[in-house]
Amino acid sequence: MRNKIVFVLGALAAGILCWQLYNILLVLPNEKDQGAIYRIVYFHVPAIFTGFMGFFVALGASGAYLATRNLKYDAFAAAVTEVSLAFATIVLATGMIWGRIIWGIWWTWDARLTTMLVCWLIYAGYLMLRRAIDEPTQRARLSAVVSIFGCTDILIVWKSIEWWRTQHPAPVLSVRDGGGMAPGMEGPIYWNWLALMCLAAVLVIIRMRQENMSREIDSLRRLAHSY
Amino acid sequence: MALEGVALEINGVSKFYGHFPALKDIQLNVAAGATVALLGRNGAGKTTLLRILAGLSKPSEGSVRVNGADVREQRTRRRIGVLGHGISLYDELSAAENLRIFAQLYGYADPAKRAAEWLERVGLERVRDGLVREFSRGMRQRLAVARAFLHDPDILLFDEPFTALDDRAIAVLQNLLTGAHAAGRTIIMSTHQLREALLLATHVALVQRGQLVYEGARTQEMVDDPGYLYRTYGDN
Amino acid sequence: MGHYLGSTFTIAAKDLRSEFRTKEALNASFAFSVVILVLFSFAFDPSSEQLQTISGGLLWLVFSFAGALILNRSFARELQNDCLDALISSPAPAGAIFLGKTVANFVLLMIVELASLAVFALFYESHFGVQLLPIALVIALGTWGITVIGTLFSALTVNLRMREMMLPTLVYPLLIPALMAAMTLTTDLMNGTPIGKENGIWLRVLAGFDFIYSILAVVFIDVVLVG
Repeated sequence: MRNKIVFVLGALAAGILCWQLYNILLVLPNEKDQGAIYRIVYFHVPAIFTGFMGFFVALGASGAYLATRNLKYDAFAAAVTEVSLAFATIVLATGMIWGRIIWGIWWTWDARLTTMLVCWLIYAGYLMLRRAIDEPTQRARLSAVVSIFGCTDILIVWKSIEWWRTQHPAPVLSVRDGGGMAPGMEGPIYWNWLALMCLAAVLVIIRMRQENMSREIDSLRRLAHSY
Repeated sequence: MALEGVALEINGVSKFYGHFPALKDIQLNVAAGATVALLGRNGAGKTTLLRILAGLSKPSEGSVRVNGADVREQRTRRRIGVLGHGISLYDELSAAENLRIFAQLYGYADPAKRAAEWLERVGLERVRDGLVREFSRGMRQRLAVARAFLHDPDILLFDEPFTALDDRAIAVLQNLLTGAHAAGRTIIMSTHQLREALLLATHVALVQRGQLVYEGARTQEMVDDPGYLYRTYGDN
Repeated sequence: MGHYLGSTFTIAAKDLRSEFRTKEALNASFAFSVVILVLFSFAFDPSSEQLQTISGGLLWLVFSFAGALILNRSFARELQNDCLDALISSPAPAGAIFLGKTVANFVLLMIVELASLAVFALFYESHFGVQLLPIALVIALGTWGITVIGTLFSALTVNLRMREMMLPTLVYPLLIPALMAAMTLTTDLMNGTPIGKENGIWLRVLAGFDFIYSILAVVFIDVVLVG
């Protein structure tokens, strides 16, 4: 049953992405001010949703683990964080490319980009911690605490930069400076969002399965090594 | 609700590392005033169990209660004394300073006085201001024993207490254990030194592969032939 | 309540007494910060305009790196001889153990920071006198933020085999909002700009960070230490 879900979601994601790629690259006209590069927004923005979402979902899963001590929640939290790290990488990469082409700089302390960078560092730390702990129960417990602290941090970072930026406006990666995109242009963002969510779900399911299996192998190994 | 005459209730305690059961459904009521010798091979789960009893680790399932209160509660911890593998003393502090700290943590109004009393009892009064790192091994162990008994605990948990003690320290410890037993304290001690333990014990519990395979009163047969328990209930 | 505070005080006093007797962490920490300051004085001309804008950043880099040496030892010192077990099995609440160590680390780090400030003033001829009280407040708040997070993660990583590496990896990303706030405020204050409407936001961020994480740390320390 789960295999079927994976295949269906995967096919859906692939289908939508192909359709939108065709749409974005060949059908849509160039944007007035930014030229061709603005099309990157159709991947940059949906990836932001998926990248951030990881935090809050992992936070919930970590809380659920600490409350119930059911290791499946831990596997879910780990899978979601890892997939979100991948999407955070996409956000940073597309953001940097976009910024480079539009303003000639590789980096700007844009609210979203900065928050995503801190996000990335915290996710990476979480995954490194998991590698450093062999015992599954201890690993679950400690990474849950890190996840909770990390999510709180992102909220603080997000809010601080937002407040700061209202006083010190800086280059913002957006196509909405004028106030909204032209009507026909917004569609692909939402379609790609759907596609990326499906893709994320597929990756999370596969990753979770890996986590659960590696945990079983670990306990079999312990059993074998106990006299 | 506390059970009559029972000092420590171990109710269905299990401890999982992932899916691996280090302890499986341990059920044991330790009678007040009993001295339990906790036996088992290395890796059987003795230390895991003792750590849970000492409140150092949370069981995956089940609970441990003292007089109806969970072992992690403050008032319960006040009544438990623990002596593990390490001496649990600070090397860079003096003997007196070390005991004072623990007297303070256990709520004594005059920690210095309490510390001084116990320094005398274990024969370390002369070196009260010496740093622990300068002590000989035997002195460190006597101080460790002082720390464990300092707050007059009702329940004493010892993890292989006779291991690597010198003669004087063994004598001191045996003395204290006998005294504690005579005063009605409950003692649980995991050990490999079968002879010393079985002489002091009133009850015996054998753990194997995380399960309690035998528990009951100590018999003369066990004292005469300590290995018989392992042969009878051990690895089959 | 009295017992909670009493235990906190006992643990803080114990840590401080231990450290003052050996001075290992204090010396290492201070030596490290002096080395960084010396190296920076080669890189940046002390009399330049440039220095004005980076002074806050430089100071907090020095403080946070020096802090790592102190924080690492915090729970690690309990491992020798199994002292941590004795503390946890004592009636002292886990929160009291944590707060006692945090207070001790705060005092130790403040000592190193004040000494570093003296060295900084020597090399860079800075003027702190102008806004001494606000600077002291910012340094105190920033240092508390570093020690709260650092002490909690010192407890979290204490039993890991790669402790020395995991502690900085986890702690520094989390400290980013607090350090951003402290750096901005310190730079402004050292250049004579008082805390006003523009940078007041950072003071609120710093205070909020300290408040939120102090509570979170005390709530989760039991999960971290015991399970």
